[in-house]
Amino acid sequence: MEFTRREAPYGTPARSVPNMMLEVLAALVPAAAAHVWFFGPGFVFNLLVAILFCVGAEAATMRLRGRNPEEALSDFTAVVTAALLAFCLPSLTPWWVTATASLFAIVVAKHLFGGVGFNIFNPAMAGYVVVLVAFPIQMNLWVAPRMGDIDYEYLGVFETLAFTLTGALPESTTYDQVSRATPLDLMQSGLNQMRMVTEIRALPVMGDYAGKGWEWIGNFVALGGLWLLFRKIIRWHIPVAVLAGLLIPATVSYLLSPGTLPGPGFHLFAGASILCAFFIATDPVSAATSTTGRLVYGAGIGVSIYAIRTWGSYADGVAFAVLLMNLAVPAIDRLTRPRIVGHGRGDR
Amino acid sequence: MTAPTYDLGKLHGGLRLEANKTKSTSAPIYEAPVPAQLVLPLAQHAGEPADPVVGIGEQVLKGQLIAAAYGAMGVPVHASSSGTVVAIEPWPVSSRYGENAPCIVINCDGEDRPADTEKPAGPVSRMPPALLRQRILEGGIAGLGGAVFPTAQKLIQASGCELDYLILNGVECEPYISCDDMLMRERADAIVGGGQILMQALGIESCHVVVESDKPEALHALGDAIAAAEDTRLILKQVPTIYPSGGEDQLVQLVTNREVPSGGLPTDVACVVQNVGTAAAVYDWILEGEPLISRITTVTGDGVRSPQNLRARIGTTIADLVAFAGGYTDRATQLIVGGPMTGKSMTTDRVPLVKASNCILVLSEPPSTGVTRTCIRCGECAEVCPVLLLPQQLHWYACADDEDELRRHGLTDCIECGCCDLVCPSHIALTARFRQAKARIRELADEKARAERARRRFEAREERIENERRERERQLEAQKSHAKRAGPEAIAEILRRKRREEKD
Repeated sequence: MEFTRREAPYGTPARSVPNMMLEVLAALVPAAAAHVWFFGPGFVFNLLVAILFCVGAEAATMRLRGRNPEEALSDFTAVVTAALLAFCLPSLTPWWVTATASLFAIVVAKHLFGGVGFNIFNPAMAGYVVVLVAFPIQMNLWVAPRMGDIDYEYLGVFETLAFTLTGALPESTTYDQVSRATPLDLMQSGLNQMRMVTEIRALPVMGDYAGKGWEWIGNFVALGGLWLLFRKIIRWHIPVAVLAGLLIPATVSYLLSPGTLPGPGFHLFAGASILCAFFIATDPVSAATSTTGRLVYGAGIGVSIYAIRTWGSYADGVAFAVLLMNLAVPAIDRLTRPRIVGHGRGDR
Repeated sequence: MTAPTYDLGKLHGGLRLEANKTKSTSAPIYEAPVPAQLVLPLAQHAGEPADPVVGIGEQVLKGQLIAAAYGAMGVPVHASSSGTVVAIEPWPVSSRYGENAPCIVINCDGEDRPADTEKPAGPVSRMPPALLRQRILEGGIAGLGGAVFPTAQKLIQASGCELDYLILNGVECEPYISCDDMLMRERADAIVGGGQILMQALGIESCHVVVESDKPEALHALGDAIAAAEDTRLILKQVPTIYPSGGEDQLVQLVTNREVPSGGLPTDVACVVQNVGTAAAVYDWILEGEPLISRITTVTGDGVRSPQNLRARIGTTIADLVAFAGGYTDRATQLIVGGPMTGKSMTTDRVPLVKASNCILVLSEPPSTGVTRTCIRCGECAEVCPVLLLPQQLHWYACADDEDELRRHGLTDCIECGCCDLVCPSHIALTARFRQAKARIRELADEKARAERARRRFEAREERIENERRERERQLEAQKSHAKRAGPEAIAEILRRKRREEKD
């Protein structure tokens, strides 16, 4: 009898990249629901625009590269990039801003480097940073959370959609009426005005730790992250290192100067810290690859977030911190190679 | 009784695989019949092929030497049954994935007449170790765990080293394979006896018999056999069921917490590892006078009608063995000699059973793995690598054909266990890629060596020509100065001679 020849081992891997990406997306669903609950339907429109442009750009670039677009589209990485972008963008974002971020993320940050697996920068963060720098006014249009202060103008579904499509608010409505400074902005500007932390924290929008609504979204993101850990889609090293890198300096400095510096609770729940720890920094392609390397990489991101928030001019530093550490990955990989069994501690 | 689990060393990574062994362990070991034809490859061990000592048409007896050990790593081959040598010709063999290699083909007469075997004159415990090692060489014994390293040579190499432990490997961690498990259940006394002989051949006083925790019957049988032997030098150990804890270096690490140095041998950390099957084969040869002419093999998989363990003659073709095990099912599409992780895939079942064949695995078409995607550096492969390599980085450098980085990242330390393949979400055939890269590195090293030899030859030639030229110049110079000293008379004489020569 004749048989087909194969290469050992003969088993079939249980997991695949598309399944992993779908699980990541599923893990983001509770946080997405919380986002819509607190900040209105803008998130959904941003997400749709981001998916449209990310997937479209992926297909177009694959075609330009002379490859079959299905190869890239079938792994859902472009959708994950779009979802992460939607989480970073303010709920009122004109479509062209989202489109710019998406195009830059996919075309420049991903495909110019060779597509998935070869990109040195986290595509979502690269795209986000471009619009953060290019459209500072639009990137400030955060609405107040639903459980925030009372004199807040609620925008309906259609008004939000209209804004997303045209960038114009309904007549007789001003930006000031619909948008509110984020807790991070409030903290930064408050501290710049020489206010005490306790004073700033007393503002109604600040909530228990770092802003009403924001805290809840943080909880749901963490829930999704824990699910990914449980499913072993991600490993603990990067999340733990990011949070430790952020919270240890935050705690120490808070203990030294509680009046002028926000505490660890604020740093944890403000901005995108938790999202970064579980969903952004854990992008394996642009992260360091050995376990030790991932601890270093994560800690670097955490410390950088703290540094940018404390001394930088941007209120949140997640995107910059991630891109900065992306650059350090080759060096980290080189320096943290594990000792191979059978080799002395010294020889590498 | 249950043996204590000694978790001295710890293995990094590894996989808990579905064992798939119960089908083949539910019945005792069956004796496979002597086939009509035996095909005995000359190279069944890791070393130079044996040298045939029989001619075509010659009658041979069961256990008769038919090919003598050749070279420093040679192992002899014996006839597995009586009959007539009909050919010495190329035949498909499993060690070369079904490609041809020289074999001795015997048509059996079915009488199974044994050759005269010399049994030891005195008690084995009086035999000097060196003699015992020589005797083991004559028995054609090679490691039955699958690597078929010549047993005697291993003992000879080890006897020159400081040794602490002999480790008898009954771990058998690869799925489907259960031949060692069944051997331990049914012939624990032979394993213990073999262990004692091996200890004597090595001149050491300590032997660990190591069994995986998923083989309670084997553990029990070995415990009884050791108790019956009343030998305190033998210690039974149990290790957790994790693939690949049965790899030689991995087992040493697990049992003694010592790491075999890169490129080294277990003797570098004062250990010698032998498979339990090898120990039993040594026992059969030294005490019963039967050379290695049969072995237990697991015939299993969903492509075989009745999976079982067989004691079969070396040289029986796999087609014969599968036929004895009820034949193929309709789903059979893959034939693997060895286990599902490291076994060799065959294109034909004409290949004979050899000393290395611990398992004949017939499988149905595997579910499609889908497309291979690019590596996303998730690092799951590094999590499971038992030697702490970074397969994701090795893959990267293998794609780039970067020899220096491949070496730096320990390509040559890869044991090809296949764990990384099974966890890769991009479905990259990592192990196959590393095998290729290793072959490529060897090729490059050969090329370099060849180039070096050619360079040296060229330089030697240049030097020779230069020396000859110098020598000629020196002679010319000498003649000139001589002529100068001798004056015009001598020059005239030389010219006359020259003219005479030209005329002739």
